[in-house]
Amino acid sequence: MASVPQDIDAPRRQRRSRGNVSILLNFLGSMNLAITLLVAVAIASVIGTVVQQNQPYEDYLSKFGPFWFPIFDKLALYDVYSATWFLGILGFLLVSVSVCLTRQTPGMLREMGKFREHQQERSLRAFTNHREWQTRLAPDEVEAVAARALKYNGLRMRRKDHGDAILLAGMAGSSNRIGYILTHLAIVVICIGGLLDGNLMLKYREWTGDLTLETRNIPVSQIGEESRIPPGRSSFRGMVNIPEGGGARVVFLPLRDGYIVQELPFRIEVEEFRVEHWDTGEPSLFESDLIVTGDNIDEPIHHTLRVNHPLIIDGYAIYQSSFGDGGSMLSLRGWSLLGDGADPLDIEQRVSDREEIEIAGNSLILELTEFETFNTRRVPGVESREMEELGPSFEYRLRGADGSAREFHNYMRSVEIDGRRFFLSGMRTAPQEPFRYLHIPADANDRPDTFFMFNDILSSEERLRDASERGAAVAMQEFGLNQEELVPQVAATGRELVRQLLDEGFGAVMTDLEARMASQGEEGAQQSLVMFSRLVLERTLWEAFSDALRAAGDDPDRELGESDQMFFQDALSTIPALAEYGVPLFLELDSYNHRQATGLQIARAPGANIVYLGCALLVAGILLLFYVSHRRIWCWIRRDGERTMLLVAGSNQRDPLTFERKFAELGEEFDTRLRAAESESHKSRQPPGDA
Amino acid sequence: MSTPQESLVADFDERGFFRRLSAFDWVWALAFLAGTIYASVEFAPWMDRYEQGILYLSWATLVGVGWMWKQARLFSIIVAVVTLFSLSRYPDLAAGQSDFFLNYLLSSQAAIMWMCALFLAATPVYFAGLLLRAPFLERVGTALTWLASGAGLVGLLVRWWESYLIAPEVGRIPVTNLYEVFVLFAFTTGLIYLYYEFRYKTRAMGGFVGLIICASIGFLLWYHFAQGAHEIEPLIPALQSWWMKIHVPTNFVAYGAFAIAGMVGVAYVVQARNPEAWKRRGLPSAEVMDDLMYKNIALGFAFFTIATILGALWAAEAWGGYWSWDPKETWSLITWLNYAAWLHLRFTKGWRGVPMAWWAIIGVAVVTFTFLGVNIFLSGLHSYGEL
Ligand code: HEM
Repeated sequence: MASVPQDIDAPRRQRRSRGNVSILLNFLGSMNLAITLLVAVAIASVIGTVVQQNQPYEDYLSKFGPFWFPIFDKLALYDVYSATWFLGILGFLLVSVSVCLTRQTPGMLREMGKFREHQQERSLRAFTNHREWQTRLAPDEVEAVAARALKYNGLRMRRKDHGDAILLAGMAGSSNRIGYILTHLAIVVICIGGLLDGNLMLKYREWTGDLTLETRNIPVSQIGEESRIPPGRSSFRGMVNIPEGGGARVVFLPLRDGYIVQELPFRIEVEEFRVEHWDTGEPSLFESDLIVTGDNIDEPIHHTLRVNHPLIIDGYAIYQSSFGDGGSMLSLRGWSLLGDGADPLDIEQRVSDREEIEIAGNSLILELTEFETFNTRRVPGVESREMEELGPSFEYRLRGADGSAREFHNYMRSVEIDGRRFFLSGMRTAPQEPFRYLHIPADANDRPDTFFMFNDILSSEERLRDASERGAAVAMQEFGLNQEELVPQVAATGRELVRQLLDEGFGAVMTDLEARMASQGEEGAQQSLVMFSRLVLERTLWEAFSDALRAAGDDPDRELGESDQMFFQDALSTIPALAEYGVPLFLELDSYNHRQATGLQIARAPGANIVYLGCALLVAGILLLFYVSHRRIWCWIRRDGERTMLLVAGSNQRDPLTFERKFAELGEEFDTRLRAAESESHKSRQPPGDA
Repeated sequence: MSTPQESLVADFDERGFFRRLSAFDWVWALAFLAGTIYASVEFAPWMDRYEQGILYLSWATLVGVGWMWKQARLFSIIVAVVTLFSLSRYPDLAAGQSDFFLNYLLSSQAAIMWMCALFLAATPVYFAGLLLRAPFLERVGTALTWLASGAGLVGLLVRWWESYLIAPEVGRIPVTNLYEVFVLFAFTTGLIYLYYEFRYKTRAMGGFVGLIICASIGFLLWYHFAQGAHEIEPLIPALQSWWMKIHVPTNFVAYGAFAIAGMVGVAYVVQARNPEAWKRRGLPSAEVMDDLMYKNIALGFAFFTIATILGALWAAEAWGGYWSWDPKETWSLITWLNYAAWLHLRFTKGWRGVPMAWWAIIGVAVVTFTFLGVNIFLSGLHSYGEL
């Protein structure tokens, strides 16, 4: 490729003496630095996407462990994009671009006005793209042709008389250079706008001790002056959750593991928050009815805020951003799993409140964390791709005296799985684990009562006695044993078997029985003993089940069908799992009074318009840079004896291949034009009709 | 010489761009204008003023493209006629099953399946043409690519209609989930490729570009059959915005161009191992491929810049800030910086050759992560297209 002649196109490097300053400037404006910085920003950005940013600090601690957590914290990996080192790289980039820009711009602007009409024939011949013609036309005729061709191709033109020759110097697309300037200027402008809107000011004020981060979760009224920013002209971006019927005059600006309170010049009240749903259960609409009042607002503003449609008041933009529970009142029934026959607890508690509850002399802290009325999802723990509406659910933590907590996720309604209905209760011991679900079978009334009664009876020696005696009697009768006096003994064995069944499972019971019987008599007798024991166990369980039905208000004498049989089986497989549930309490949601909260994002971004201006510059710059090609054409016209010589040369720096093609086309154009002009002038010299 | 001089002058057409347009050019543009006006009046209840603006802007874009690339005119006419034919047989969703044409050809599902089949056919045909030095096969490849792109475009246009048939309030432009944007990616890449095929007068790249289209089709088919992703689902509130209509297609022009650049990079690397042999087969010279690579990266970069800015403007409206360092945004920035570095090395250092080709290939990996990986591996505000 033609590298030599193209070089003349490049702006002259400065020839000043190389002082320290100019060495520094050279370094700052160098391409190598620029590329290094571009790549550095890219890599730093990757880190910020791999480590989820601005999560609660406990999450990081449990994720990275006590060794790495403080190291990553020092490196500011939890908030990379406002870390000093990251801003430092960006700043460097900004300096680099600015230096480059100030260094190149003057040269480029000068260059744009230059036609290079001092080229000589020799230098023109050195261009890769050049072509020569000899014609009978007179120099001025050739000049006219050339001028026309250049003009047609959109080139501006200068004419210079070199004495023996005429040079037409054409140039087009010099706005390509403007493209370079705009593009780089845009980077600077965007960064400045972005910095204005960033939280640099906040960090600076924190650094000078002017502001203190608040890390406690306390009411706004108790937050001190040192953590508040009064309404002003500065930029911020914060969040506030407002329950229905509530209001707020502040937003919270999150910073690391705490926040700062930004006061607003107006108060926002939320009348109502609405979510609407598509048939699929996906949300179709989030909207909040707001009333905004303030000193500078004459009439209270009533506005319905929707996603994608912010409300702008006096430079403050208010967005519908999220939603959550605003303190719904839940009426809960607490079933004891201890088998102590205690009546269910009645609990009334607001979501996000924490209260102490007492179970069998132990106290637990109940923290209600979440409540949702809609749950369109796949049934947990079931291989199914169908989404279903599972109805209201709530989440809570139960914290023991030692501070350790388990989290629970319960559904209000029973859920159908394989044709049976279950109440689902998810449990986990740590926030990053998935919930594991307990399946509590629903009884004939679609209630959990029977199950809990059944569990109660089976878990208590006392209450099982009655059922076990009846069971023993039935079993003996069925087996043809009519020795009444043996009933208490058989019943005791039955209770023992039940206990073992609940503790170790059915398989263990059977192997154990067989082992025990092995020592007793001959084989036939062993087998009938095992069968008898099994019968006792079954009858005892069944009698206990009848008691449970009765206790739950069902009629045990009605005809029991297959679904009861299923229930019985399911209950027996769920009861042993209660041991892993970890707490002696199941919370059933009885009813609720829903109160939602809307999550508003409020921002002031005075830098936004600067950024947008920068974006416009960037797009304009890039288009000019890529799609306007800066090209020059020179036409050297010299009388050469009888004939006239035309030398056309051209250059284009950025797109040599296309230009080569274009130049070839230009050559053909000249062919045609010259031929046409020749025959034209021939015609005009000859008398008409002589052709 | 008996040729009259006038014709010599006339040999050189001195008229400007507009005067050089043929009557057909004008009739075509006006016909589409009429269609656009009709749509803007007929569908006015479903459009706000921004959407009206976008509609007319699309018309202007189409006319610009068609006037510069004449094949686009015929393509647009055929796509329009076929789409209208399909819509005319589509009064309700049930017709999609009962009507022969819809069921087998023109319902969005059928058309998209045709697109998949045609692209899958085009790629081996292109390669066969290259390896067997059979220009005829390469022309068949081109024809198949045109048909595939047309089928994909018709598929999405009909899908647009189908979404309104489900329920008017469900209706939305079909560029809102991974399934739909994969279709969009396949045919935009096809069309951009066809443009450069026409510009550079070489069909030798067809197979290479076809590879990446086929890969995306493989994903699309898996997504369709294993995940049932082709169902039309209504939009969550965050996506109910007219910005969608410009942000996403702009992005996919960029992705398509970057993908082509990467695949030309593959051809470049392949060729560099045995230039003579490949040249005899008809692969263009290294310089031409390098140029093609640059042109695509430049096109991609320009569109990507615009798309990212549109995204930022949308974010300003939907999330309350033009830049939130959300993973998708951040990866867009990474992609952008990556190509900016590529362009700088080429512009100012004059780098060429195999390293730059490899870089273009790596660029596609970065783009793929931005487009797909972010949705799979990282969580963020871009809620659409979770797998
Ligand atoms: C993102 C940050 C950017 C930085 C840090 C940067 C930095 C630089 C630097 C240092 C130079 C060399 C100037 C010199 O030789 O003194 C340069 C040149 C150049 N940059 Fe950038 N640039 C950036 C973005 C862009 C973008 C987005 C484009 C658009 C495509 C671009 C296009 C160019 C061009 C075309 C040149 C060569 C100018 C010439 O020598 O004619 N730059 N850039």
